[in-house]
Amino acid sequence: MAKKSAAKVNLVQRPIKKWAPLFILPTFAAFCIGFVWPFLQGIYLSFCSFNTPKDATWKGIENYTKVFSDAGFLNAFKNTAAFAVVSIVLINVVAFTIAYALTQKIRGANLFRTVFFMPNLIGGVVLGYIWSLIFDGILKQYGTYLTANGTYGFWGLVILVAWQQIGYMMIIYIAGLQAVPEDMLEAAHIDGASRSQTLFKVIIPNVMPSITTCTFLTLTNSFKMFDQNLALTGGLPSVIQDGAKVNVTELLALNIYSTYNINKNWHGVAQAKAVIFFLLVAVLAIAQQAATRSKEVQQ
Amino acid sequence: MKKYLALILALVMSLSLVACGGGEDAADDGAGDAATETGRVYYLNFKPEFDAALQQLAADYTAETGVEVKVVTAASGTYSDTLTAEMAKDEAPTIYNIGNMSGLKDWDEYAIDLKDTALAGELNTDAFNLYNDAGELKAMGHCFESFGIIVNVDLLKEAGYELSDITNFETLKACADDIHARAGELGFDAFTAAGLDGSSSWRFSGHLVNLPLFYEFRDDGVTEQPATVTGAYLDNFRNIWDLYITDTSADAKTLSTSTGDESKAMLTEKKAVFYQNGSWEYASLAEAGLNVAMIPIYCGVEGEEKAGLCSGTENCWAVNSKVSEADQKASLDFLYWLVTDAEAAQVVVDNLGAIPFKSAPASSNAFLANGNDLAAAGNYTLTWAFNHTPNVDSFRATLVTALTAYSADPTDANWDAVVSAYVDGWAIEYATVNG
Repeated sequence: MAKKSAAKVNLVQRPIKKWAPLFILPTFAAFCIGFVWPFLQGIYLSFCSFNTPKDATWKGIENYTKVFSDAGFLNAFKNTAAFAVVSIVLINVVAFTIAYALTQKIRGANLFRTVFFMPNLIGGVVLGYIWSLIFDGILKQYGTYLTANGTYGFWGLVILVAWQQIGYMMIIYIAGLQAVPEDMLEAAHIDGASRSQTLFKVIIPNVMPSITTCTFLTLTNSFKMFDQNLALTGGLPSVIQDGAKVNVTELLALNIYSTYNINKNWHGVAQAKAVIFFLLVAVLAIAQQAATRSKEVQQ
Repeated sequence: MKKYLALILALVMSLSLVACGGGEDAADDGAGDAATETGRVYYLNFKPEFDAALQQLAADYTAETGVEVKVVTAASGTYSDTLTAEMAKDEAPTIYNIGNMSGLKDWDEYAIDLKDTALAGELNTDAFNLYNDAGELKAMGHCFESFGIIVNVDLLKEAGYELSDITNFETLKACADDIHARAGELGFDAFTAAGLDGSSSWRFSGHLVNLPLFYEFRDDGVTEQPATVTGAYLDNFRNIWDLYITDTSADAKTLSTSTGDESKAMLTEKKAVFYQNGSWEYASLAEAGLNVAMIPIYCGVEGEEKAGLCSGTENCWAVNSKVSEADQKASLDFLYWLVTDAEAAQVVVDNLGAIPFKSAPASSNAFLANGNDLAAAGNYTLTWAFNHTPNVDSFRATLVTALTAYSADPTDANWDAVVSAYVDGWAIEYATVNG
């Protein structure tokens, strides 16, 4: 009997193994065409001067030296870092809190979940315009407006993005919280653990995988933030600081975009910025994954 | 079950790839054959409002000559992105738009010299053409537009004034101040909102700024993009801006979110007499049943009684130098047909306003007629000096930031920021673009 089934497995598996490359091929080809090739070409172009990708001429590292002497880029870098820190903490803390509250047995928890999730369904550009109207409407009462200074724009963006993403992260946390084994909670209860002890010693270690996922998503979302930034303030106010132009509320992605649009001399520089941007996000994401993974517990 | 699902997915994927490949091949073959015989025309259109008419013209031309004409229109505000993307393709545009001198610097290598073409022979003025450093005609201005202050003539009369009463800044201000003071009793105010939202701010950061730029370039004999500007006429700019934000029902503190539609609505709903904008607005205003005319923008410059409208263009045809000669010829033939064929030229004129070609019919646009009357009376035309602006979007953004802050709190200190955005901003952008 055992022999027979082993033979059957072999009979099925051998052809699959043999033909595996063929089945992988379409996806692999799509991956190469859609990702690998453009990515490599992008790296090549970051060392070139070009108007369209076809007429690229090799320039060496000139584009990269230009990037680091660009006050606008350094400002955008600082903004993005500050924005990432604030929004990661805010979104995850609030999303976890709401998820925690909604996994207690509250009446209408499902309705609340739906409502909290809904902002995530609205596109970034629409959100940006709507919130700019809301903020301007409020600030008008105080005789000022959203793009009057960088502070309003920054916190405006934080509020917008928090509002949009908390619902999404909440869903992930709810799934994590529901997976915490009932017997562990019961054991904690019988051992006389307080509510906060249960939360910090039992629940949070058990939802670490969700925390890893959510911090990863919020981190990369903050760094890649583009449409909300464009629609809310468009980088404004635009001021002259120490003899250079700076768009005060501009984040990295928007800065890359506006650099590309200066003229053809800047296409390569924008591409170099994009490569630096990629490296940055990749390194941060890997570091963050390593850090939070190590805290995950086996159930 | 799972096995079948996986199989179906793999099938769908490979089929979709095959389908994509197959589709492209077929398209290539068709275009390839046509190109060897007659050349192809691919017109990348800059003006969204011209799209429908141009598509129809293209179809007519194909029916008449058998030459395929493809027209693609870039969405408003995305022309340069679309152009860059399209130019990288094998089937690149053969006719495209170059807006100004900095656009020409980017696309010089991609444009043929149009000087000795039959099309150039049809031009009745050289004023709107763009030449590169070597003196080659690379982009041909094919329509021109004017901007100034649009006046609701009926409302002006109701307030007790005639168009002829306004001849310079003093008379404009006196009239506007008076209307503003009596706004409650008249039921309308002088100016529409000077909105600084992105949909409206270009009227000021782009167009109104043309006045100080034009006058200082005239004084200094500037004909090419200068590395620096002096701001000699910024006090005049302040005169007219103060008038815009004072003699209006709009709150100067909320201009940052005031849109172009809001401003236009104030005119069409007869809530205001004056509205700064251009000849492209004529058709929709006439349709709204308004009796409108356009007068020059006055700002208190010596001798401005003889000023005309600000006229120029950002619409210049360029023919791609990197496509085959057959394609270039087909494209030139199509353009020639557009401006010489009686019916086609009429459609072009109806959509683009006045076009500078010998056999083209006259435009019915009253604003352009106002401009022609002024010019015929010996007034000087203000050319579009702002076409020299380096890194134009960034220059304007800084100016808008400063203007918004000044409007909310019109102090001298805040005006200094406007001056800095203009003078220092220009120098910085010039260095950026040429650095």
